[in-house]
Amino acid sequence: MINKDLVIIGGGPAGLSAAKLAAESGLSSLVVERDFKLGGQLVKQTHMFFGSEKQYAKTRGIDIAKILVDDVLKYPSMIEVMTDTTVVGLYKDKVISLLHNDKYIKVQTKAIIIATGASEKVLAFPNNDLPGIYGAGAVQTLMNVNGVLPGHDVVMVGSGNIGLIVSYQLMQAGVNVKCVIEASNKIGGYKVHASKLKRLGVNILTSHSIKKANGTEYLESIEISELDGNWNYIEGTEKIIEVDSLCISVGLSPLSNLLSMIDVDMKYVNSLGGLVPYIDEHHETSVKNVYVAGDVCGVEEASSAIVEGYLTGLIVAKDLGFKHENYDDLYINFKSQLENLRSGPFGEKTRNGLKEIARDQDAK
Amino acid sequence: MRIKEHPILTFEEKPKLEFIYDGKKVSGYEGDTIASALHAIGVKTLSHSIHLKRPRGFYCAIGNCASCNMIVDGKPNIRTCVTLLKEGMVVKTQTNKGDLYD
Amino acid sequence: MLNKDGVASIEQVKSRFPSKELLLKPKAITECYEEIPCNPCSTSCPFDAIYIGEDINTPPVVDFNKCTGCGICVYSCPGLAIVTAQIDGDKARFKLPYEFRPLPKKDEVWDGVNRSGEVVCKALVLKVTYTARVDRTALIEVSVPLEFLHEFVTIRRIL
Repeated sequence: MINKDLVIIGGGPAGLSAAKLAAESGLSSLVVERDFKLGGQLVKQTHMFFGSEKQYAKTRGIDIAKILVDDVLKYPSMIEVMTDTTVVGLYKDKVISLLHNDKYIKVQTKAIIIATGASEKVLAFPNNDLPGIYGAGAVQTLMNVNGVLPGHDVVMVGSGNIGLIVSYQLMQAGVNVKCVIEASNKIGGYKVHASKLKRLGVNILTSHSIKKANGTEYLESIEISELDGNWNYIEGTEKIIEVDSLCISVGLSPLSNLLSMIDVDMKYVNSLGGLVPYIDEHHETSVKNVYVAGDVCGVEEASSAIVEGYLTGLIVAKDLGFKHENYDDLYINFKSQLENLRSGPFGEKTRNGLKEIARDQDAK
Repeated sequence: MRIKEHPILTFEEKPKLEFIYDGKKVSGYEGDTIASALHAIGVKTLSHSIHLKRPRGFYCAIGNCASCNMIVDGKPNIRTCVTLLKEGMVVKTQTNKGDLYD
Repeated sequence: MLNKDGVASIEQVKSRFPSKELLLKPKAITECYEEIPCNPCSTSCPFDAIYIGEDINTPPVVDFNKCTGCGICVYSCPGLAIVTAQIDGDKARFKLPYEFRPLPKKDEVWDGVNRSGEVVCKALVLKVTYTARVDRTALIEVSVPLEFLHEFVTIRRIL
């Protein structure tokens, strides 16, 4: 059994930021990542980020990934990184089973930050399992990390920011985006992203949904249909579109499986993407010294995940007796950054969701 | 199909890696995952569903959905979307739950 | 309608333009109509001409007296929602962001495209800036007939 003070599960924006602030505070950590590289989903984000300078706005996600990874590598004696390592067991006494190179490793730790992020939701329609139907984020990885195209002709399902951004990036890679379809009667993501696509000639069809996919060995075409005000298909509006790829971008859900393993109190909160843990203002769950940061406690933009990571790393270090010399200033700074990121109309869902899962301090 | 020209990214030519896919000698490049190397040569079906044997391909790219699980060097259930390709790997389409190995 | 198809109305577009007198010099046209958490246009402006303020969700407001039309905000905007516009005789000149390949070259004629993605005119390429400073968002300077001042938004290669 290996002993650690802090284990951070997930080497994406939240996990890396948490490791940095913990190290800055004097607390060592082990960062565990199941992929073979750090950076999480930032490594495929070729677009410039929104937000403010504090969250690296106007820097491309791929470059933010480098900044966050380099920050962590600056503390080689304090931050240990294990990539290609999957957490397969988590216990209430904070024992963690890791699977690495076909071997189990047992770790006993004082505190855990779960920063596992989120996964793309799937959509139910006939033949939705055909090869050629992908998560939009997965296609972004295939293109922007591996340099491999998903196909020639694609339709995007969902007009949230991911759907709009990935459509644009498909075009940058040379793929023909036939249209974006959106079940709601209005575009979900930022209009600046929508306008970028429209002026390139890509139509965004609101009040439209996919009815089924066709193909035997792989995707050959899709059937779309218009929807009425009650989300029902309008008969006679069906259209067949020939495509070899279909991207599904209908939201993300928090990867909270590990939290279930230790019976963390959770709640299904639709506006946060799914099952999320109740947390107090210190991002601690109902299990003492188990903390969460990033999309696992509510799906948001990566900018928020970065700040949540900083905040949680700072707090956990203090709780374990390593108070950062600028603790108070940093705490206020991170809190106000999060408030600012969530204060507009696009932050409303998050604000409401977080109210639902706020743990009462007195009850604690 | 690989991207040749891109406005934001540069894809340098990397060393070629040969591997065996369902008995055939094929190749990818260093830095590829098994799934991306197969996709680049037009292989979209990576596994078959356990009961109905329906074709399944790349879906999540984060090692979460199991749709890309294949048998790699004799070991089943390898998440090929997060496993780097290595020279000489033997990769097979998986059509069952996977058998125990030594 | 912006909410439905991503196309801003002509009224929305015109509300972002200064007077014709001011447009004799290049000015930033910020086509950012909704409250989103973002402020690089403001922080990147060396002339303090774009105001957003403490709440980064506030849409930008340009002080056209301070704006020099330098174009820094054009390639700093993560939403690629800013161009500069200028009236130059019977032409309208623009600096616009461009993130595709191939890049246009000086003196080439490309199609001029409106906000719906339709080709409406020809655009003469005057200058292409692609340096480390623009960080992979090329800054393209073009001129189009003046009548397309409020209609033109980007360029497309003639195939």
